[in-house]
Amino acid sequence: MTGTVNRRGQGRRFGSFVLPGHHAGFSVLPVLILAGILAVVVLVSLGIGGASIDSVKIISHLAHKTGLVGTGTDDFTARILDSLRLPRIMRAVVIGGVLGVAGAVMQSLFRNPIADPGIIGVSASAACGAVAMIVFGPEIWGRFYPMVGPYGVPMAAFAGAVLATMMIRALSRQEGYTDAALMLLIGVAINAIAIAGVGIFTYLANDMQLRSLTFWQMGSVSGSGQADWPALLVMLAGAGYLLTLGTPLNLFLLGEAEARHLGVEVESLKQRATIITALVVGAAVAVSGIIAFVGLLAPHLVRLVCGPDNRTVLPASALCGAILLVLADAVARVIVLPAELPIGLVMGIFGGPFFLFLLLREKKRRRI
Amino acid sequence: MTLLAQNVSFAVQGRPLLRDVSVSIQPGEVLAVMGPNGAGKSTLLKVLAGELAPSRGCVMQNGRIIADMAAMDLAQERAVMPQAASMMFPFAVRDVVMLGRAPFRKISPHGLDLRLVDQAMEQADISHLADHPYPALSGGEKQRVHLARALVQLWAVPDNPGPEEPSRHSGIIYRYRNKWTKDREIPSIHGSQGRFLLLDEPTAGLDIAHQHALLQLARQEALQRHVGVLMILHDFNQVTGYADRVVLLRRGAVFASGPVADVMQPALLSELFESPIRAVPDPGGASPILVGDIAVQTQQAAEADGREGDAALSRKSFRAG
Repeated sequence: MTGTVNRRGQGRRFGSFVLPGHHAGFSVLPVLILAGILAVVVLVSLGIGGASIDSVKIISHLAHKTGLVGTGTDDFTARILDSLRLPRIMRAVVIGGVLGVAGAVMQSLFRNPIADPGIIGVSASAACGAVAMIVFGPEIWGRFYPMVGPYGVPMAAFAGAVLATMMIRALSRQEGYTDAALMLLIGVAINAIAIAGVGIFTYLANDMQLRSLTFWQMGSVSGSGQADWPALLVMLAGAGYLLTLGTPLNLFLLGEAEARHLGVEVESLKQRATIITALVVGAAVAVSGIIAFVGLLAPHLVRLVCGPDNRTVLPASALCGAILLVLADAVARVIVLPAELPIGLVMGIFGGPFFLFLLLREKKRRRI
Repeated sequence: MTLLAQNVSFAVQGRPLLRDVSVSIQPGEVLAVMGPNGAGKSTLLKVLAGELAPSRGCVMQNGRIIADMAAMDLAQERAVMPQAASMMFPFAVRDVVMLGRAPFRKISPHGLDLRLVDQAMEQADISHLADHPYPALSGGEKQRVHLARALVQLWAVPDNPGPEEPSRHSGIIYRYRNKWTKDREIPSIHGSQGRFLLLDEPTAGLDIAHQHALLQLARQEALQRHVGVLMILHDFNQVTGYADRVVLLRRGAVFASGPVADVMQPALLSELFESPIRAVPDPGGASPILVGDIAVQTQQAAEADGREGDAALSRKSFRAG
């Protein structure tokens, strides 16, 4: 035992900062810091847009709403915050968080750092389901369409995600055993098929349907009011469950056989994790359309800073995904005022190069 | 109190890999498994570990059929050191070893975990690598990390927490606190149940010093802590030097088994491996050394070459004709 060994096991891996004196595994500090950043980003994001609102007004409004102080801010500001910005920013927080944690879970499950709900076709299949419902819904439901109305499309998105996940699992199973590498490749194929499906349905759509189709392909957190509530609840519950899988997913990183030797019911874990992930991703796509990249970018950013322990990575990825999406939404709202850019585009334009920068930096560091 | 395979058969797509194999491992003994490539050694180990379900027969651990046991219960009684485990994520070595404590995460105090991890790393000679990222290690170093991980799993929640201090804590009941319970007794797994360590070619990829250190460690676990050890080995002299009993496998069936002195006979081994093996006296030791007879082998190889040459010649002449 050398003198320099850190007895706390809070190992100092590449590019992580030392946080002395806390329990090995779950690191409180990075999670707290990220929560703080999220609060600041939300506050700033509430203030910017068509009409800028200074943060004192926002805080006094929030304090009024939560019953802390008697008087709030003026009516005009209150209305902008309540009916426009708060709902969409809360949506961005929930969806970003869900996509972040779903990406982290998938990467552990496939034991592969490039796995992501977007890459294995879950998001695209959800979009495919939604688009099919937009184009064919009126004919399928006939006179019941107004009743199904706002719930039909999210349900279809959700069904698409679950169907894709079930297909990927069924195709990659062999004699009761799932091959993770094969599963990833099958997911890539499903993704291609789903994207083609979206293309075909788009081709069949009329002008009015086309308008709502762009939303599914490029993403938006503007939402559709109360119809989003069931999906948001599913997301919160599912993400809450995924957050508890930190330790088993750590063992999973060693390999499926090793995880079993260490007491994980491997097949059952795989089943639960993939189904819940499909559930939350399907719900996220149902609310916001395809928003690529959050599931990839957030966990990678987190691992660079806090190391690969899933007990920290899962909650931190949720927070980081929420931060990214709130930022992207803020940019989307102000960059082409008075119009609005699809949030998926913003994630691609800024997220892509940023991810490249991170990868190149890592590559250089490993070579030295 | 044994790990027992009873008339186990295992087949993949109709191809039998194990045929009617019965093996038992008693606590406190080291059992070696030997055999030519493809004899079913690793398959047997996987069946014993519960990783593969036998197509016929059953595996019992401490009197319970393992197919009916929860993975967690199994994990608390036996540890497995795999042949090779890959991990792409940059966990620190210490954290990988700590994963071996996962089966006890609800019953083991964190301080004990840390102490056991330190001890295991010291025994596996990886203390100096504790903070290195696992993916950057060499093959042999990775093997030793998995040895340490298997050791901390095997040590469960012991009465005596380590080889350095074998009696210091015996008789003391560990107590710990958390948010919900006040003092709570930690069930001692040691003593009540037999524990088993399964090693799949543990010496592959290790240098000679670490090979002997590892085998010594396995032996010590068996003797001092009454662990039943099964290891797949390829070196005759490591078997004679470190094992109590040996099982020889051929084409999925037990070829011979028994005490090392009875089974490790040149004639039997020559037949099993279809390669001449003889015993030469060891000037420094009591038991003879088993060696592959190089002279005979070369001669046979030359003969085989000759035959091959003749065959080639006859084919050529056939074609010419």
